[in-house]
Amino acid sequence: MKKLFNKIMPCFALMLSASISFAQDKVEMADQMRSNGKIYVIVGIILIVLSGLIVYLFVMDRKVKRLERRLTELRGPQK
Amino acid sequence: MKTWLKITAVVFLFYVHIWGMLSEVPRLNILNETIRALYFHVPMWFGMVFLFLLSVYFSIRYLRQPSARYDTLAVETANVGILFGCLGMLTGMFWANYAWGTPWHGDPKQNGAAVALLVYLAYFVLRGSVDNEEQRGRLSAVYNIFAFASMIPLIFIIPRLTSSMHPGNGGNPGFNMYDLDNRMRPIFYSAGIGWILIGVWIAALRVRLRSLEERILEIEHEKAF
Repeated sequence: MKKLFNKIMPCFALMLSASISFAQDKVEMADQMRSNGKIYVIVGIILIVLSGLIVYLFVMDRKVKRLERRLTELRGPQK
Repeated sequence: MKTWLKITAVVFLFYVHIWGMLSEVPRLNILNETIRALYFHVPMWFGMVFLFLLSVYFSIRYLRQPSARYDTLAVETANVGILFGCLGMLTGMFWANYAWGTPWHGDPKQNGAAVALLVYLAYFVLRGSVDNEEQRGRLSAVYNIFAFASMIPLIFIIPRLTSSMHPGNGGNPGFNMYDLDNRMRPIFYSAGIGWILIGVWIAALRVRLRSLEERILEIEHEKAF
């Protein structure tokens, strides 16, 4: 547990310092994704989940189709 | 399932996930932005009710004309229906934790949904406890009709007779009671249709897998003799 803590803490410190230095920047940056309370980040995340699940469904669909074809080759059409 | 239906589901759900987050919603106290959960929580129940409706339809078809096909269709639609019900339950509890102050509020609709899910789980217990195929099919088809007939009052009628925290319940069930304004409607209905289609898709896949399994069993059976 302590080991894990020691490993994670520097990461947090780094992230914190990075975010502070970001806040101090007044330079033009690609801020689109960080505006409006960062809602776009959430949109991105749920879209990743949704696309992942849908791609998975399509892949499963194809797999079933392939199995059906193999079985039909083996046996002739169903009934 | 037809490919264009799958594409429709995907398009609808992408629209919902993008506009559900970015569109304007009514600014209500306590609910705040969580009103958007409507786009994701309620469609789970749409999906569940639709799949259970399909299931009871196939069960009736089975009773009129017993065939393994209808039995399989009824089981698999009920199976995916339970999946949607569980997701609806979990999202509802998560939402309730922030909107009502506790995950399990004892709200009539929440209790009713839980009982309905238990009734449907018993459908699978019943199936698992009968070995004879025909007997299993007949018994579970009859039970499925009972389960559907008990789900309707549990979810749609009793919460309206008593007071419920769910919008549109407790008193006048008119649609205007929903905290749903016209900006939200298109997204909400798209979500419902999208998830229903996804549910049917998964059920169709499960049916196909099951019939594959049966064909393999047949081959094994022939080889054994």
